[in-house]
Amino acid sequence: MKDKKELFPVVCCGAEAPQCGPGPEDNKAEDWDSTDRPWQIGTVSTPAGTVNRVATALDRSDVVGTWKARWGVGRMNYRIPPGLYAVGDPDRQSPVLVSANYKMSFDFLRRELSGLDLWLIVIDTKGINVWCAAGKGTFGTAEIVRRIEKVRLHEVVSHRKIILPQLAAPGVAAHEVQKQSGFQVIYGPVRAGDIPAFLQEGGKATPEMRQVRFRLKDRLVLTPVEVATVMKPALFLLAALLGLNFLSVILKGSPLVFTRLWGRTAADFLPFLGAILAGTVLTPALLPYLPGRAFAWKGWLLGVLWALAYMFYLAPGSGPVRTAAHLLFLPAAAAFLAMNFTGSSTYTSLSGVVKEMGFALPAIIIAAGLGAAGLIAAYFL
Amino acid sequence: MKFRYLKNVVTLAFDADRCNGCGTCIEVCPQGVFVPAGKGSVTVADRDACLECGACARNCARGAVSVRPGVGCAYAILMSKLKRKGSCCGDACCP
Repeated sequence: MKDKKELFPVVCCGAEAPQCGPGPEDNKAEDWDSTDRPWQIGTVSTPAGTVNRVATALDRSDVVGTWKARWGVGRMNYRIPPGLYAVGDPDRQSPVLVSANYKMSFDFLRRELSGLDLWLIVIDTKGINVWCAAGKGTFGTAEIVRRIEKVRLHEVVSHRKIILPQLAAPGVAAHEVQKQSGFQVIYGPVRAGDIPAFLQEGGKATPEMRQVRFRLKDRLVLTPVEVATVMKPALFLLAALLGLNFLSVILKGSPLVFTRLWGRTAADFLPFLGAILAGTVLTPALLPYLPGRAFAWKGWLLGVLWALAYMFYLAPGSGPVRTAAHLLFLPAAAAFLAMNFTGSSTYTSLSGVVKEMGFALPAIIIAAGLGAAGLIAAYFL
Repeated sequence: MKFRYLKNVVTLAFDADRCNGCGTCIEVCPQGVFVPAGKGSVTVADRDACLECGACARNCARGAVSVRPGVGCAYAILMSKLKRKGSCCGDACCP
């Protein structure tokens, strides 16, 4: 079992909590003093020292920051200094929430806390969201115990309870935290939006609060980063198509007209653009309605539909070689991109994805390889 | 809407003899895999919904639940097979 784990050192991804990735190595001390803190409003004094108070309203820079991170811009360095924070005017009886130091997690939490008085411990998850950090173990027992001591939580509150996001549970052993720190772990709801109701009920989560959701909206916010990721390969493809058109014109001895060359390249790119959108946007959007269970299969189906639509309606008369090549390549590309959405989904298991890749990947490679060969050949026939 | 991935693949195992019915697994599971089974025990009601996050096993003080934890991310698996070290997901998945 241990070997298997090392074979697949897979540690992050997934879940509706967005964003994760390779956390930067954290051997050097962070220079948090220079961090801009527009979200800080005043301080609160405690027996353990002065504590910064956090605003519960997001401003424009927060919204812009979230938008950028969704598109993959600067999201690897979007963090909050770890430590103890106050929300409202907490006292020694106020509840204590624990969260990750990914700025988006922090923002989504604090905007739900207006009107509440509580303590907030931000632990150092290297700027990774709760779910991914729990999977990596950075949102884990050791960091929580260490942080409780560091902020001297024993002196700040008189009770001995901390509330963790439920999605931290893969990284945290509640019974170990209690043993080592004296604080009892209570798993709060999955979504920050349920925290006020959860606290109102005296720390009881309904079954609904405990389930991860993956609605259309939840899936669609994850698609920009999928699109952003294929941008680079898509540009390479565009350059390759331009090169192929150029070569084909030269070899056939036709006159070289640049506007026509561009026009052809753009037209040749259209089928690929459709396949990219089928895999990165349409498959996530239509996920529950597409038949079958494997993501690659769902993407492949949409890819086939697109390839057929393209060949019958958009470019009839492409010739048998190019048509066959499109039919091989486009669904394979859509299948591959759809398969990559497994990491963003909330319900795929490692065992399942390994199985899916076992049959999908060889098929994709063969189909894409044959398709690419056909596409290239079609330029010179 | 409850999503289901491939059938009969997960590594989740539950040992009813060790279970004392504390219900922590029910609480931490984001997929509703466990349900109470009378007093003093739980039962696995929806095994195929398991995403192998490992929350149940990690939080079971009695060691009654075991699962090989991991993340179902094709890109990460691909990268680890290609021996690209250091990153779990690179920039691609885990948005």
